[in-house]
Amino acid sequence: MVLFLDFNPFDNLLCILLGISFTVWFTLLLVFIIVPAIFGVSFGIRQLYMKTLLKIFEWATRRIERGAKDKNHPLHKPYSNAIIAKEPTSLEEEIKEIRRSGSNRDLDSASEFEMSDIFYFCRRGVESIMDDEVTKRFSAEELESWNLLTRSNYNFQHISLRLTVLWGLGVVIRYGFLLPLRVTLAFTGVGLLVVLTSIIGFLPNGRTKNFLSEKVHLMCYRICVRALTAIITYHDSENKPKNGGICVANHTSPIDVIILASDGCYAMVGQIHGGLMGVIQKSMVKACPHIWFERSEVKDRHLVAKRLSDHVEDKTKLPILIFPEGTCINNTSVMMFKKGSFEIGSTVYPVAIKYDPRFGDAFWNSSQFGMVSYLLRMMSSWAIVCSVWYLPPMSREEGEDAVQFANRVKAAIARQGGLVDLLWDGGLKRGKVKDTFKEEQQKLYSKMLVGTQEDRSRS
Amino acid sequence: MGSRASTLLREEEIEEIKKETGFSHSQITRLYSRFTSLDKGENGTLSREDFQRIPELAINPLGDRIINAFFPEGLDREDQVNFRGFMRTLAHFRPIEDNEKNKDPTASEPLNSRTNKLLFAFRLYDLDRDDKISRDELLQVLRMMVGVNISDEQLGSIADRTIQEADQNGDNSISFNEFIKVLEKVDVEQKMSIRFLH
Repeated sequence: MVLFLDFNPFDNLLCILLGISFTVWFTLLLVFIIVPAIFGVSFGIRQLYMKTLLKIFEWATRRIERGAKDKNHPLHKPYSNAIIAKEPTSLEEEIKEIRRSGSNRDLDSASEFEMSDIFYFCRRGVESIMDDEVTKRFSAEELESWNLLTRSNYNFQHISLRLTVLWGLGVVIRYGFLLPLRVTLAFTGVGLLVVLTSIIGFLPNGRTKNFLSEKVHLMCYRICVRALTAIITYHDSENKPKNGGICVANHTSPIDVIILASDGCYAMVGQIHGGLMGVIQKSMVKACPHIWFERSEVKDRHLVAKRLSDHVEDKTKLPILIFPEGTCINNTSVMMFKKGSFEIGSTVYPVAIKYDPRFGDAFWNSSQFGMVSYLLRMMSSWAIVCSVWYLPPMSREEGEDAVQFANRVKAAIARQGGLVDLLWDGGLKRGKVKDTFKEEQQKLYSKMLVGTQEDRSRS
Repeated sequence: MGSRASTLLREEEIEEIKKETGFSHSQITRLYSRFTSLDKGENGTLSREDFQRIPELAINPLGDRIINAFFPEGLDREDQVNFRGFMRTLAHFRPIEDNEKNKDPTASEPLNSRTNKLLFAFRLYDLDRDDKISRDELLQVLRMMVGVNISDEQLGSIADRTIQEADQNGDNSISFNEFIKVLEKVDVEQKMSIRFLH
């Protein structure tokens, strides 16, 4: 009897302790994270966290540089900056220059073909092998300094003991504390979204429903933002998109949606998925009209355009959120905007999103990571830090076609976000480049050969 | 970030490549970064598909011929080029430095000498590697460069005229020496060189 008495109090004590720690944990969670999310206020904890991390990263980088210098090994340099000097001369100029330097006949009878013409194509070809503008946009940007994540370290042979300890501490904090916290929040946010929007779906259409739906959406997205420890700075909020407009932004990852939707209400556009995504999509559309397409409908461009313009004409409906690049780019550049959304003829509200890669790289390389492993990586980074700029609204001008309008909007977004403005199609991530570009070059060169013949026959 | 090098370049290898190609240490490490990011299969070698994935190269009319220059052993589809081979071919485009111009004649010719640059260009024409550019080979390259915009007859007469002007021994094809003679005044050093920023 005495033995049993010894065990019971101890067990009880353990249970009580566990119970207390859970309660404390959830209370803290509620007070510091969920309640502020509901009301849209912030304690400033995340800002402080960010500043501390930056100081640690700088220290870490200095130690690595010192370690490398001691051993006399040069550091691995990131390749994403330009390696070679490229002259922006055109095909015609360059070939003429080559011919002029080698010409040993008078310039009147301009030759039609020289064997040295291939030098131009040769050099351009090898230049693109050494460094091209497109392929580096589809893999994560390499950092100059180290942010204590193994995934972004290339100089690991230079790490000292102190740095390894710090890194180990970082792993414990990120996977032991931050990750469970964030996963809990994510489940809470998504769960609340599904449940509450389904409930609101039962209300009759009207002002109350819209009001509630707005509040619910904002609250759940804010919880999701905290689930990623996203520290977002919004600029120029007076330009926020209004009803009847289309909001376009550059695309880096699916998180873009959460970032924009936690600051304003949008109608989402996309394909209906199966599984959990499908459940979320179906319940969201009960509360307010989003535009979801079946897989088969996506190919039908006229149908897509019709649904979008119908939505835009109804001024009670929310602005549409579209990512015209069509795929995720690594946030160093903006690639070709698909003209579909620019043909509809409503006001376009451009938004530029720029992530700070030092705290966690937000780019989703879909050929490398599936959605779940991507989200886990996001939740085990330090934080997602980004800036959002709301640019002034733009409309299509007289005499401007959809493609020119799209390029104008793209240039504005690139300029604001400090990104490179490229004409290349983001679809090159997976597909081959169109032959028309090669044909253009061939046409240009042919003009050089044949044009001179015409002059000759005329004289 | 899986396209990171699974094996970093060893110091000895860097030294060997430096001696063979003349690139500096930092240029070699940067080009190694580039090599590994092109190597989608992560097996330390590049195939023709890896090159064709570069859009700017795919739209170059002579793109396929340039890719060929990296695979000297025939036109086998299974060809792979490792980093040494990659650097050896790129070395042809290193600018000629002044102190190299008057090296002693007993040392072997550097990969980026004027003659070797011209040889690179010659090999773009000479597909069957018989050290002669025949009329057919010239026509093939011309066709690649002009696409569908010039008729067969016109192209044929351009080819004939070119061979006539260059051919000296009357065998109706252009040998490497005749090639060098035709281009003796062209600033090959500048036009076939790529300058590094670091």
